[in-house]
Amino acid sequence: MILTFPHMGNTYITAKVLLDELGVSYVIPPLDNQEALSIGARYAPELACLPLKINLGNYIKAYEQGADTILITGGCGPCRFGYYSEIEQGILRDLGIKMDVIALEKPDAGLLELMRRIYRLSGYEKNVNRVIGAVKKAARISALVDELERQTFRTRPRETAKGSTDRIYSAFRENVLNAKGYDGIKKLIGETSEKLSAIKVNRNQTPLKIGIVGEIYTTIDSATSFNLDIKLGNLGVEVDRAVTVSGWIIDHMFKKALRLPYDTGYVDAAKPYLKTMIGGHAQETVGHSAQYADRGFDGIIQIYPLSCMPEIVAQSVLPGLSRDKDIPVMTLIIDEMSGEAGYMTRIEAFLDVLDRRRERSIG
Amino acid sequence: MSIILMGCFIMKKVGIPRGLSYYEFYAAWKVFFEELGAEVVLSDRTSKKIIDDGVKACVDEACFAVKIFFGHVINLMGRADCIFIPRLTSISRNEYVCPKFGGLPDMVRGSIGGLPFIIDAEINMRKDKNGGLKAAYEAGSFFTTDRALIRSAYNKAVKSGYGVLPAEAAAPAGVLKNEGRLKIAVIGHGYNLYDSCLNMNLLNKIRAENAEVITLDMLDRDSIIKRSGTIPKKMFWNFGSKAVGAAFCLLDRQDIDGILYVMAFGCGVDSFVCDYVERLIRREKDLPFAVITLDEHSGEAGLNTRIEAFIDMIRWRKKNDINLPSHGQYLHHGESSAG
Ligand code: SF4
Ligand code: SF4
Repeated sequence: MILTFPHMGNTYITAKVLLDELGVSYVIPPLDNQEALSIGARYAPELACLPLKINLGNYIKAYEQGADTILITGGCGPCRFGYYSEIEQGILRDLGIKMDVIALEKPDAGLLELMRRIYRLSGYEKNVNRVIGAVKKAARISALVDELERQTFRTRPRETAKGSTDRIYSAFRENVLNAKGYDGIKKLIGETSEKLSAIKVNRNQTPLKIGIVGEIYTTIDSATSFNLDIKLGNLGVEVDRAVTVSGWIIDHMFKKALRLPYDTGYVDAAKPYLKTMIGGHAQETVGHSAQYADRGFDGIIQIYPLSCMPEIVAQSVLPGLSRDKDIPVMTLIIDEMSGEAGYMTRIEAFLDVLDRRRERSIG
Repeated sequence: MSIILMGCFIMKKVGIPRGLSYYEFYAAWKVFFEELGAEVVLSDRTSKKIIDDGVKACVDEACFAVKIFFGHVINLMGRADCIFIPRLTSISRNEYVCPKFGGLPDMVRGSIGGLPFIIDAEINMRKDKNGGLKAAYEAGSFFTTDRALIRSAYNKAVKSGYGVLPAEAAAPAGVLKNEGRLKIAVIGHGYNLYDSCLNMNLLNKIRAENAEVITLDMLDRDSIIKRSGTIPKKMFWNFGSKAVGAAFCLLDRQDIDGILYVMAFGCGVDSFVCDYVERLIRREKDLPFAVITLDEHSGEAGLNTRIEAFIDMIRWRKKNDINLPSHGQYLHHGESSAG
């Protein structure tokens, strides 16, 4: 069995730790998600959501490199994510690509079936402790990687020599592929963080602050949204993104499943505009937007892939929030047809608005 | 108009928009509200103006069906004390409807100004078979404080209204001839099939070709439910599992000449359900299958051409008795635009 998994931002680092620690063979699909998208778009239903198309491209690439089994997480609706694996398997099957899928979710067949899948992951060793240990380590790494990314969000707008952060961070994303296991990767993260701390920054700068909200894939997978977070940083903006890989793993997969309490402040913050959970990350989008406004951010950018159902609902209620809380909100919709240039013009115009508002409030 | 009684609004006229869940539930809702002494005001049939108003008020990215629903809400403004826009999170065990149904009242509030009071009771039967009754208590509380009355109104509504389709869904009598008659199954959400303005009279266009139209509502409910559970992971959308179950039922039958899948442009649910159903059918049988996508830009001429071409192809195949083996390698995607 040679495993592979779909990309989403830095999740490959977390997955790598998990699989290294489990001692199984795996293939990491090439990091280039734009190419994955163009492959996936060829075979996926035209109106399917963008992340599915990228997943599909990842799998086909990984298959060419020898992978035969896909490891994914699942879901049970109401948004499409929970049905990705079935649609993807149908497409692969009709393409004559034979790949198995191990979905880490509670299957229709019950919890025993889930245990069977986990055993299968650990090579039928039936060593539950090893699996639990590996999962814990992976979760810890995901939190460290997210912290590292937050560090780049802070240094990028403040660095005196432009491009310093980018150089260190992209080297990290490449080098991590050659690091091994929890210890190796943890060490590399530590070194990278030190390098980032050593970057010369302008301490007097008070950059504009923008909260990035929206559908999880397009917000977390920087390449899919034209590296918006990086570009904003290099334009002197400090960004924040409340939805993270580690938050998703720790809050949604563990705490929710084990019914442990987790931070649901965003749910209350969303209430006046969106009363219930409707799937995807709509509640987070609306709730985090309200929280960003209350924390004094200058603006909010919502990103989502074309036809994303929960985010369309969120988009419909954001204008009211923007009025009530007096904070500019811009929505960017991503699809495989859209070019980068169009986005940049809109982003620059948005930054102008935020700059002028700030001058007015100071002046 | 509404009067205030002991801190509770007593409404007289309740508006129901003629869109989305209307097709499935109007009969029951009408009984429910009338039992409580309210007058039900239904929005007009979908028209060009209703579509235009809805398209203007709604975010561009929403599906056509939601945009039209917005138009119906606008149509009701000034005509009712309140508008009933329930939050349909789930209408069946372990299943959802669609994120947009779950957030519909929020979307409407976020997009249309000057609305009357919105009754947005949540219907959630995913884990709770009493979810319907709970929603009824909430919705009913705006009309009466008598919970026993609400309960009996709810029971009457379920008994006499459940599964009853509105007049729009009925086929006109006497269009079809016996000789050379085809049977075409049409898969799609009720609001896409029965709103003849939304779909430019699609079903009657098919009937005009001397083809009988079979919709999901004409198939046996129990068989659909039974068959929907026979795939590895059951669909978690109420409509999706219905469509999959129905596809199996249609494949079992020998009298179906072709299958059309009708969807609204921008529908996230259908983008998956249609793909799943299409692959399922093509793997099993060599049955003509086509997809029709509808939106505010669809032209009628394009739709006519597509239907005629589809029917002609079926007749031609019948005449020449073509029976190709069904195989994945023949898989192709029906061109998916009507205009
Ligand atoms: S959140 Fe949006 S993009 Fe993601 S699976 Fe759901 S519908 Fe698709
Ligand atoms: S099921 Fe499709 S057409 Fe219906 S509201 Fe949801 S997205 Fe729109």
